[in-house]
Amino acid sequence: MSEIALVQNPNVGLDKTQKGGPYVNELSTLNLGPTHPATHGIFQNILTMDGETIVDAEQTVGYIHRAFEKIAERRPFYQITTLTDRMNYCSAPINNMGWHMTVEKLLGIEVPKRAQYMRVIMMELARLTDHIVCNSILAVDTGALTGFLYVYQWREFIYEIYEEMCGARLTTNMGRFGGMERDFTPVAIEKIQKLLKELPAALKEFEGMVMRNRIFMDRTQNVGGISAERALNYGFTGPNLRAAGVDYDVRAMNPYSSYEDFEFDVPVGTKGDTYDRFLVREEEMWQSLRIIQQAMDNLPAGPYHADAPHYYLPEKQDVYHNMEALIYHFKIVMGEIDAPVGEVYHSVEGGNGELGFYLVSDGGRTPYRLKFRRPGFIYYQAFPEMIKGTSLSDAIVTMSSMNVIAGELDT
Amino acid sequence: MENQQITDALVAQFGADAVYGIGESHGILQVTTTVESIVPMIHFLYAHPTFKFQFLTDLAGIHFPDAKGQELGVIYHLHSLENNVRLWIKAYAPIEAPHFPTITDLYAAANWMEREAFDFYGIIFDGHPNLTRILNMDEMDYHPMRKEYPLEDATRHDKIDELFGR
Repeated sequence: MSEIALVQNPNVGLDKTQKGGPYVNELSTLNLGPTHPATHGIFQNILTMDGETIVDAEQTVGYIHRAFEKIAERRPFYQITTLTDRMNYCSAPINNMGWHMTVEKLLGIEVPKRAQYMRVIMMELARLTDHIVCNSILAVDTGALTGFLYVYQWREFIYEIYEEMCGARLTTNMGRFGGMERDFTPVAIEKIQKLLKELPAALKEFEGMVMRNRIFMDRTQNVGGISAERALNYGFTGPNLRAAGVDYDVRAMNPYSSYEDFEFDVPVGTKGDTYDRFLVREEEMWQSLRIIQQAMDNLPAGPYHADAPHYYLPEKQDVYHNMEALIYHFKIVMGEIDAPVGEVYHSVEGGNGELGFYLVSDGGRTPYRLKFRRPGFIYYQAFPEMIKGTSLSDAIVTMSSMNVIAGELDT
Repeated sequence: MENQQITDALVAQFGADAVYGIGESHGILQVTTTVESIVPMIHFLYAHPTFKFQFLTDLAGIHFPDAKGQELGVIYHLHSLENNVRLWIKAYAPIEAPHFPTITDLYAAANWMEREAFDFYGIIFDGHPNLTRILNMDEMDYHPMRKEYPLEDATRHDKIDELFGR
């Protein structure tokens, strides 16, 4: 072989650290997203790769920014509910009810016990759908499609319960200020009982298929880990924080909507890696079922909404036959009711963590300022740190297990 | 840990000139401070042996066009997970020079929160590692959450404020 040929085809096994060698400092750029089937949402990551290894990632977000905070400044309070369920659309009822509770706090409305229990049931159902989606899709991302098919029908079934409660499936607009818009129908109760009876078997089957699966464990253990200190510093909340070993759960720490009445455990992980996040979400589903069971068993009788005529729409029958009801109906629908001056922060445990609403009211009909604390927006910024030094396939799995939802991130 | 304890400690440390507007809103303590005192105050609360405000829940910008010289504000939502106490620290700056110090060196979470406040309100966080727009496009030449930017199309007459009592 001549000398020239050697220069043109350098030895592949050359020492990489050798200065001036053909492969030294040769980094490539890879675009992951904005639309990519494996990112489950519209995010762009510009990865700097050294061969298969990720050296750095630059994130771009905001592709589906819809200016919710600005729009909210022009809307009466009840019209903002429809904005909230477009944030984390995997667990829309939690967003709706978090917003309702924020406004109730500002107005000082006392919600009856039955409505609080009903809210707990709907919120836990929402948590179930959120975790079913996240965990089963995580399994899909590691190459196991079957488990997904087993549990996904139950998400569909929970959507049927939503439909029974509010008429919608994805963007639910469920509940009203002061309670729920309607009581549980017999069909809804029947469906919730069926879910409580039959979901555990499906969940067990899913866990049997995935949880101790050698391939799944190899793909997720020690992948995308984060320490408890870093997670807290990055503002992690929810299952992602608990996987790192911090037992912060808004439901347990600052109970709202009668969560103090229920017995449930807060599962925590140890390493904060993808496998721990998966396990924490699995256990949370069992705890959600436990809470729903307790709430169904002890569902108090009584009204399902507060007596708050300025904010709660009157019965349609009354609107036609009762003067006051007609006036209130008109005023509510036209958004003509002034809220008191005040400033309030309320947070609930959303599917992904602490979902907060910071509301400043200047006494007008619309919020003066409304800030959504979206857990996904805050913890997603840790993603580059979590994937540095891992491979592309690990990055996909890490992102999937963080459950980043584009709607929540971008408002 | 009582809210009174926190305010007493803050006043003792920073003086009444830098700690004012003390109040409580639905159980959450709030204090207003000067722009210069933000960083020392947050560091003090972070490192304090009993308070331990080591979790930054959120950071919100706000715009009051009528407050002359104090138009733009930042509200820091701190949380002491150990004591389960929340605290709002507020500070205001004039709109002509809305400079605030960054707290990204203390909380990594503040990075995107500050970028968001910059994006929507034009609040400049001095010392931020990468203060660029985050949710809006880079070409945008205004800060949309400021009150002078109306949401509705200005040419429409069916949605004028008067009709809605706004």
